[in-house]
Amino acid sequence: MATPKPRIKVPKTAKVGEVIAIKTLISHDMESGQRKDKEGKLIPRKIINKFSCTFNGQPVFACDIEPAISANPYFEFNARLSESGSLKFTWVDDDGSIYADEHQIEVA
Amino acid sequence: MSDRRGRRLAERCHVKRLSWAIALAAAAGPGMVVLAADGPVDDQLVIDGREMITRTMAPAGHPLPEVLSGWLFREAETRATEADSFANPGMLAVERGEELWNTVDGSAGKSCTSCHGNAADSMKTVGANYPKWDAAAAKPVNVELQINKCRVAQMGAEAYGFDAPDQLALTAYVKHQALGTPMHLDLAAGDMQSWWDKGKAVYYTRMGQLNLACASCHEASTGKYIRADHLSQGQVNGFPTYRFNTGGMVSLHNRFRGCIRDTRAEMPKAFSDELLALEVYVTWRGTGLSVETPAVRQ
Repeated sequence: MATPKPRIKVPKTAKVGEVIAIKTLISHDMESGQRKDKEGKLIPRKIINKFSCTFNGQPVFACDIEPAISANPYFEFNARLSESGSLKFTWVDDDGSIYADEHQIEVA
Repeated sequence: MSDRRGRRLAERCHVKRLSWAIALAAAAGPGMVVLAADGPVDDQLVIDGREMITRTMAPAGHPLPEVLSGWLFREAETRATEADSFANPGMLAVERGEELWNTVDGSAGKSCTSCHGNAADSMKTVGANYPKWDAAAAKPVNVELQINKCRVAQMGAEAYGFDAPDQLALTAYVKHQALGTPMHLDLAAGDMQSWWDKGKAVYYTRMGQLNLACASCHEASTGKYIRADHLSQGQVNGFPTYRFNTGGMVSLHNRFRGCIRDTRAEMPKAFSDELLALEVYVTWRGTGLSVETPAVRQ
């Protein structure tokens, strides 16, 4: 599998109090741990098990992810911001890897 | 059956259907949409601000009055996923295809870029005009085969195997460059017309234990249900397509083979003359529809 690559889509600017849509997607196989290979052996589980988004250190959205979530998990949620700052996104892999991305947004 | 009995039966059926409709409407409640039993929907596909042609007049000699994209036959959520290029999982394959486009491979030390430069310019119409006549091979060539030809002859690299992930990705990338461009084949080139004829013969030939031709479903039964699935015209303007069913990209020849398997016939090989001819003919049947690669289907 290619290295998981996070993608985010957030507006660059927003008005104070405006509800903005935050879209995230990460390429990942999300191997459930329940499939078998050609020899009949279980393919070990390897999924993204946590996702979180913070704004200037404050939590915006976070969730645990279970094996039934499909490949390339996509999350869309909304936020209302009152100041400029940075949105930080992290995805935690079963193998301990952390994939992260950051987005600056200007709020006026 | 006497006329009176027939009428009574019809009335009963009508009442039964009506009560179903009421029950459905009640179950759905406010704000929910009950899916109509037959398509296509009246909706406009806009991808990244560009309007796609999903409905157009059929070319001369076409058996149907109007050519309709499969997008119009899909459910609202599926349609919305295709309309948002960020949410469209097929775009992951397109991104991978872009990497491949720029990756040097083979003994000649070349990548696609070495000859073709920027794909946005050089591949602008390719996805809308293939299959094309290949004079040297004396047969039509589709995008997958053209990529393989380039890889072997120009790059000194190995040809991609059928449905190799890289073949799907690069094909999706190349065809995606023509997003929005109406499909049009040059049937006057070389022997294209005779391949079109051959493809038409395949399209109307009943096959398999179920004795179905392509036309049985996609021409005679467009808009009807086949079990829980909604039959479209079987247009090819969105291939390779992302399917929720498999959670991956599906190539056109894979789809052809899948349909033929479902008729319980023996499947022709991918890129065989039979399926290439079918690709020529079915692409023509979608003349005027925008290229939607990578389309999103159920």
